[in-house]
Amino acid sequence: MEVIFILIAISLILAVTFLFLFFRAMKDGQFDDSYTPSIRILFENQPKKSKKDQPKKTKSYE
Amino acid sequence: MHPVLPSEIQFKCYHCGESCEQEFISVEDKKFCCQGCKLVYEVLSQNDLCEYYELEANPGKSQKDNSSLKNRFDYLDDLDVGQKLLDFKNDLESHITFYIPLIHCASCIWLLENLFQINKSIFSSRVDFIKKKVQVKFLHDQISLKEVVSLLSTLGYEPKINLSDLDHKSKNPVDRKTLTKLGVAGFCFGNMMLFSMPEYFSEAELLGEGFKRLFDYLNVVLSLPIVFYSASDYYTSAWNAVRQRKINMDVPIVLGIIAFFLYSLWEIFVQGNAGYMDSLGGLLFFLLLGKVYQQKTFATLEFDRDYKSYFPIAVTRLIQDREEVIPLFKLQVGDVVLVRDEELIPADALLLSGQADIDYSFVTGEEVPIPKGKGQLIYAGGRQKGEPILLTIQKLPSQGYLTDLWNNESFGKSNKRLLEPLANRISGVFTWTVLSIALVAFVFWMGKDLSIAVKAFTTVLIIACPCALSMSTPFTLGNTLRIFGKGKFYLKNAAVVERLALLDTVVFDKTGTLTDPANASIEYFGEPLSSETKSIIKAMVARSTHPLSNRINLFLGKIHPVHLEKVQELKGAGFLAVYKNQEFRLGSKIFTGVKGDHFSEGGNHVFLNVEGVNLGYFHIQSGLRNGASKVVKGLAEIYELHVLSGDHAHERESLAHQLSHELKFNFEQSPTDKLNYLKALNIKGKNTLMIGDGLNDAGALQESQVGIAITDRVSHFSPASDAILDAESFDRIPNFLAFARNSRLIIKASFGLSFLYNILGISLAVQGLLSPVLCAILMPLSSISVVVFTTLATNFMGVRKGLLHLNYR
Repeated sequence: MEVIFILIAISLILAVTFLFLFFRAMKDGQFDDSYTPSIRILFENQPKKSKKDQPKKTKSYE
Repeated sequence: MHPVLPSEIQFKCYHCGESCEQEFISVEDKKFCCQGCKLVYEVLSQNDLCEYYELEANPGKSQKDNSSLKNRFDYLDDLDVGQKLLDFKNDLESHITFYIPLIHCASCIWLLENLFQINKSIFSSRVDFIKKKVQVKFLHDQISLKEVVSLLSTLGYEPKINLSDLDHKSKNPVDRKTLTKLGVAGFCFGNMMLFSMPEYFSEAELLGEGFKRLFDYLNVVLSLPIVFYSASDYYTSAWNAVRQRKINMDVPIVLGIIAFFLYSLWEIFVQGNAGYMDSLGGLLFFLLLGKVYQQKTFATLEFDRDYKSYFPIAVTRLIQDREEVIPLFKLQVGDVVLVRDEELIPADALLLSGQADIDYSFVTGEEVPIPKGKGQLIYAGGRQKGEPILLTIQKLPSQGYLTDLWNNESFGKSNKRLLEPLANRISGVFTWTVLSIALVAFVFWMGKDLSIAVKAFTTVLIIACPCALSMSTPFTLGNTLRIFGKGKFYLKNAAVVERLALLDTVVFDKTGTLTDPANASIEYFGEPLSSETKSIIKAMVARSTHPLSNRINLFLGKIHPVHLEKVQELKGAGFLAVYKNQEFRLGSKIFTGVKGDHFSEGGNHVFLNVEGVNLGYFHIQSGLRNGASKVVKGLAEIYELHVLSGDHAHERESLAHQLSHELKFNFEQSPTDKLNYLKALNIKGKNTLMIGDGLNDAGALQESQVGIAITDRVSHFSPASDAILDAESFDRIPNFLAFARNSRLIIKASFGLSFLYNILGISLAVQGLLSPVLCAILMPLSSISVVVFTTLATNFMGVRKGLLHLNYR
């Protein structure tokens, strides 16, 4: 049964880690703007330079 | 030049998506409506940023109307200005946050966050889409602030820099603090519940005494951050109230927290029992949750704007025929300034030269420009339409006819005769009742058993701690705020709801509030217009953005415009057009050469002149806003109604006839008169609601119990107020007020509900029967049931008042 002491310690350490991560996220301002990241994640990380070689998309405006 | 296209074939500008009716410029296979749009495209394609056009179709904004003055950002080189605008500066880098109203789509975000690809010296830029702000970090050795702003401007994203940006406000750290406190309380509460579980189940006996002690001590440790950190706001608030010999809702809460904490410590360390620490954690967690819920803010709206948010930061001053751009705060009386088309009059000034045509729509709500002649005094706040004018400054920007309003004591501090919230008034009685019940219980048990006496005394304080009671207000008000928001009525904070419920007097501004410039009534007097003449007029007015042209355009309806041989718009005067070798003039009295003043009274006149012969004139009067008479009639049953107007009294009869004869009209009111009128009403003990729209109502909005600013576009400028109403929802004002009254009833009902719990809890506590388990069940149960009740009740009322719709698409 003494193993429970260790488990309690682990559970507390885990919980404190999450609390600490929450503090850090708060300080970084992650909770200040909850909308823009949802758009930002959809942008592609474009490979630099290679872009010019691609055929350009064309659209018709008639 | 390109030929004029028949209107059936339309090209859309690749950059801004506007249809290119008249002419367009082609680059490769892409068409642009103007040089500006083409320029933006070229900059982007050179820098390999054409993904901008792939994220959204035609993401840009037309560059046609952009000012092309090279020196308009010169003031940014001024060290004082730079210093005040920057968020942060060290030896290497500078940080600055710009407000860019244009941000509207994913492409905007993408482009603004890829500025570094255009200029390496801008090493970071980050967009906040909701607030329409971008934070730019740059190396100031390599690029100046002015160059950064110019770059943004070239891309079509010109930042809006106003006078108010110079008084740096701190960036809302309060909200973060409450969230952090909630996080800590949640963490502690969750773990305490876990460690308290063994106490509630008999199986835990198997674990043995050692575990139980450990759990109790862990609970004590976990309660410390809650008591000493998360609850700190309640101590300050309660202490401030007690110092002013008042009792607010936080006083009984603090009493409860102290009783909880001390009694539990005594139980755990002296008696060896479990204590009530987990319930204490739950209490604060729920309380803070309510607090955060109530703090609903509309981030895109600003409620505390004064004239500074509207005035420009810089003006063009003329010194010995040399132009220089200086910050507004360096402007002196006697300076000569140059004001161009679409620029703002920065201070009260005399017109030296040029034809002034001033649009005071932000000040009065009337958007038809007022012509001014040489030597006339022009008040600050108007926008020049037409040619550049020269002005001599008569008064400092902060001392003008309009801006003097803000020097009034009403703006000094919040000296509003504010109503005490319902909860605060109840809590006085509540606290004394609970204290006396606790004392009576203590005295009763003292003779029999001292330990039960102590237990009865403290548990009464614990269980009576008005958790449910103090939750009912924030949740009801928070819900009300959200429902109002869905109806396009945005309140500054939750306290406004309670004030809205207790009004008895409503004061309207006339121009722009009761009347709507877009609902103009137009009459034509003179020789009847042939359909050909109508088509000619249509061709002229269709190409202008002048408000009077727009109204005549609407009045003429859908008729086909003719093709004019020559047409010219003279700003501030009118149109000069040639059709079939005949000269047509449409415009002001002077422009068309009309003599005499035998015209219908009030409103605006537009004259038509063909080959020197006056045919007739259009008489344009602003009409009532849609639903205005319904609103006024609806309100007249309950409220005392007043109307304030800066105009002359000639419309009194027709307004009284159209609206209601119970209205009390007051004409020719200056901005300060309006403020004093509200002050007089307040002194008479009225609870006043002011509904206005322009800067000239700012004083009255400030002085009233509740000030509502009406605006056509909510993200645009509106004067400081307690609430902003989208003009679209104007006809629902009676519903909003009725709903606010309902919210108050709901608060009262939920008070009743939580009193029931309190009576139940107290009746157990006085008998010394309360146990940690009972407490752990009763506290969350009462809180949650109150929250559920208020949420259901407010939503039900919202649907009944037509402010909410059940089927969310």
